[in-house]
Amino acid sequence: MKVPTEISQQTVPKGKLSPRNRKKAIWAYVFLMPQIIVFFGLSAYPIIMSYVYSFYDWSGIGPLNRFIGLDNYRQLLTSDRFWQSFINSIYYVAGTTVISVGFALILAIILNDQKLRGKTLYRTVYFLPVVTTTAVIGIVMNNIFGLNGLFNDLMTTFGILSQPVSWLTDGVLAMILLIVIGSWKGLGINMVYWLAGLQSIPNDLYESAQLDGAGFWKTLFHITLPLLKPILSVILLLSIVGGINAFDLVKTLTNGGPYYQTETLDLFIYNYAFSSEFSGGQTRMGYASAAGVLLGLFTFFISILFSIGAFSKEIRQFRLNRKKARIGK
Amino acid sequence: MIRSKSARIIIHTCLLVFGFIWIYPFIWMILSSFKTNTEFLTGGPNPIPEVFQWDNYVRAWTSANFSSYFVNTVIFTIATVFIVLVLSALTGYVLGRIQFPGRKAIIIIVVAIMFIPKGYTIIPLFKIVSTLGLSDSLLGVIVAESSGAHVLFILLFASFFAKIPKELEEAAEIDGAGFLRTFTQIMLPLSAPIVATAGIMQFIWTWSSFLIPLIFTANRPELRTLAVGMENFVGTYTSDYVGMTAAATISLVPVMVMFLLMQRFFIEGVAGAVKS
Repeated sequence: MKVPTEISQQTVPKGKLSPRNRKKAIWAYVFLMPQIIVFFGLSAYPIIMSYVYSFYDWSGIGPLNRFIGLDNYRQLLTSDRFWQSFINSIYYVAGTTVISVGFALILAIILNDQKLRGKTLYRTVYFLPVVTTTAVIGIVMNNIFGLNGLFNDLMTTFGILSQPVSWLTDGVLAMILLIVIGSWKGLGINMVYWLAGLQSIPNDLYESAQLDGAGFWKTLFHITLPLLKPILSVILLLSIVGGINAFDLVKTLTNGGPYYQTETLDLFIYNYAFSSEFSGGQTRMGYASAAGVLLGLFTFFISILFSIGAFSKEIRQFRLNRKKARIGK
Repeated sequence: MIRSKSARIIIHTCLLVFGFIWIYPFIWMILSSFKTNTEFLTGGPNPIPEVFQWDNYVRAWTSANFSSYFVNTVIFTIATVFIVLVLSALTGYVLGRIQFPGRKAIIIIVVAIMFIPKGYTIIPLFKIVSTLGLSDSLLGVIVAESSGAHVLFILLFASFFAKIPKELEEAAEIDGAGFLRTFTQIMLPLSAPIVATAGIMQFIWTWSSFLIPLIFTANRPELRTLAVGMENFVGTYTSDYVGMTAAATISLVPVMVMFLLMQRFFIEGVAGAVKS
């Protein structure tokens, strides 16, 4: 991303600050105070505490006194339900990312055409699902895809299906449905990311390609797509992190059913931590915290992987400069 | 890019047909909210109601408590937007404009928090809010919702403030304005477009927020927001399908109207924050 590098270009002056700058620096800390308090109190401290909780057998009520070491982790890693939710999360993330990022690119290329009439209207239409409340979408879609719902009605009326299909009570179909609706919901935001990327390509490149007689496809494969590569890893990363945190849709569309076959990691954590009906009458916050820690590590690992991808050019450049400097010596 | 006339017609047809399918669920939802339950069940795919039934809305608004959910959502959203704006404007100003020791470290932390999943922090956050004595209150939900660093907004503010010419700040200082006055009377008013963009984006996200209001209002049903109330509606009034669609419409229409009125800010804001 450009913004952080842009603002980090101003470097802190070496040595002592002048009285005027020292006064400003003090003000800077005053301004930062609220954010720092919120960060340490409501983000950093909770992260540390979720590690602590994960070593206890703790229902969430009463004192933390039953230390069990790594037993929660042992139980998680040998639990079929945990692995199922892990795999479901991966299916969901992979499915929605491939469908909505890919499809959004096609749409963005079409809608980036300056001469296309009504492009604002189209953008609005395709963006609308992004701004709507996911939980409400989940509930409405649950109705549309019910056995007697609108979708089966339409499909049987037009003769595409000979009989109604039970979308929500079949594990595989329910998972597919989740992915399709998740992609429908996320496509608009990816389209806008792609449009931002497309608009950063200088126009004279297209003009000179036109002068050279390059057609639509040639321009697409030799100019547009290569120049979009840097933004691809940012879009993928945002889509993946968003997909890992998809709770609203899963909870309201399938609630993890049938038989946990669409339960994702977030829902798994929620069910054990807050919803006793799913965990045998009692909440298990320690166990859920351990799952949270694993989810956090997993997300962290993926983010690192993609950040390396996103900044690989900068890293290569940095190594090259270092090498040059060494040779120069 | 594409000049041939037939190609253009094909593209428009595809965009229109696909766009219609894209927003059909919304059309279906709104039209169904005016049907009777019998019409809903037996009407098949025909979306148009015979007679528009307004009492579905009356039922959702009064007996299903959506009037109080609506008020809760408005308070919750406005308070959260306000807190988030204050936090990110202050942080963004400092990071974008002031040189102070430790600045780089803070930028790195800010970017890193972007990737912390909510599942990680939600359990301890729940405990902290109850330790503070804020559980079972709307304030607790607001505090929990505005936690975390709002990376996109901080970066938007920072890059905006970084671009303001130094001369302006120096002129203000010569006129005797201190740090605080320079910020509140010169810098902040200049950043109105960023305030608008971030405000609208946060409005839309908070209005639709689900996980935190769900967990933090579990023991106090009267504090529910629209999104959470919707889920409960389905559990309580299982067979009232048209009431459900009316409730869904009540939950969605304000945020859709907000988006349609302000989409220029919203879409450009999202694009601007991610532009590489």
